[in-house]
Amino acid sequence: MKPGTTAAACVALLRRDLMLTWRRRGDALNPLLFAVIVVSLFPFALGPQADVLARIAAGTIFVAVLLAMLLSLDALFRSDLEDGSLEQLVLSPHPLSLLIACKIAVHWLTTALPLIAVAPLLAELLQLPAQVLPVLLTALALATPLLSLIGAVCVALTVGMRRSGMLLTLLVLPLIVPALIFGAGACNAAQAGLAFTAPLLWLGAWLALALVLAPLAAAAALKISLT
Amino acid sequence: MRSMLTPDHDATTPLLQAHALTFARNEETIFGPLDFTLQTGEIVLMEGDNGSGKTTLLKVLSGLLEATSGEVLLHGAPLTLAKLSHQVALLGHLLGLKLELSALENLRFAIGLGGIRTGITPQLALASVGLDGFEDQPLRMLSAGQRKRVALARLLLVPAALWLLDEPYANLDREGIELVNRILDNHARRGGAALITSHGAYAFTSGTPRRIALKAAA
Repeated sequence: MKPGTTAAACVALLRRDLMLTWRRRGDALNPLLFAVIVVSLFPFALGPQADVLARIAAGTIFVAVLLAMLLSLDALFRSDLEDGSLEQLVLSPHPLSLLIACKIAVHWLTTALPLIAVAPLLAELLQLPAQVLPVLLTALALATPLLSLIGAVCVALTVGMRRSGMLLTLLVLPLIVPALIFGAGACNAAQAGLAFTAPLLWLGAWLALALVLAPLAAAAALKISLT
Repeated sequence: MRSMLTPDHDATTPLLQAHALTFARNEETIFGPLDFTLQTGEIVLMEGDNGSGKTTLLKVLSGLLEATSGEVLLHGAPLTLAKLSHQVALLGHLLGLKLELSALENLRFAIGLGGIRTGITPQLALASVGLDGFEDQPLRMLSAGQRKRVALARLLLVPAALWLLDEPYANLDREGIELVNRILDNHARRGGAALITSHGAYAFTSGTPRRIALKAAA
């Protein structure tokens, strides 16, 4: 008999969830399409003046990316709850918080990473000054995992309810507003030629805190949801 | 990790004990008080009508739900979810399988999560539940009975001594029912134990299992 190690369990879960995303890749592309469409609509609505677009570029991209990530959040644990996989995860001998952390990592990899990858394109579309782009990408790289982590806790709390979509949005939005303010704030500061490291460091600090606490909270919430 | 299949525990300690076990939801008693023991090598059939709390009982015994009163002892020690480790396998109404993945991929994930017994491979397990040649089919393409068989193959792979099976005969044809009985016999002979629920519609064909009746709360 060979009992599984926790590392093997995490690898198996990462593999399975990545494979599932690949098999459902049509759904997985949804957030990306959403963000691209939202951002490309702005020049139509506001007119093509480069200075107007450049001023709103960073904020618009930030909002579009965060909203796009919200779209896929609801599905984070739903299928696992509905087909009984979640029970098997909870009954497994490994720490649930670690397994949840793996699921959150997959969510970030499959939703946020493609969004960050197209961000330079979106920035170009909105005439964002070239020197602000690295700040925007850094801010996104810090804020998107924060959203995945905070979002996972909220999803874990609401997944047991039948129509949780609206409640989830109401729960998550106030919690990610600080990430938006600091992330877009750093970009605006960079654009105005001011110091921009402080807001980025704040984001980093929150991310470090959420990395430790969010999986624990999500695991506890999921156990409650199962009862 | 000690092997549960070569018990090194005190032979007189039952594998599972329930003392005055009750579960209530919103002040309404779902089942209990219930007393029973389960020895190694024993298969017990839990009988009860629809709504008598069979599924809830299995969830309490697996640690997913917390009993309202009374206690569950696993090898004489109080049961907590953290302590369960590799000792309990639960097969519920929801099979815990992914329809997008093939039978083999599902089983490989189960092994990663729960470990594997010696002397068995996913291919062997699938062959022994009669799913030769269906290894790489996505589960979406399989029938409900075949999916159930994949879940049974998972039981064969994962090293758990105590099986909690909720309606294992559901969705299975006559041959499948015999398969479940055969699997249970083998499991009991190797020192495992199983608690099965049934609403009584299926005949238990082999041996005479001990039966416990679960009455719907009045």
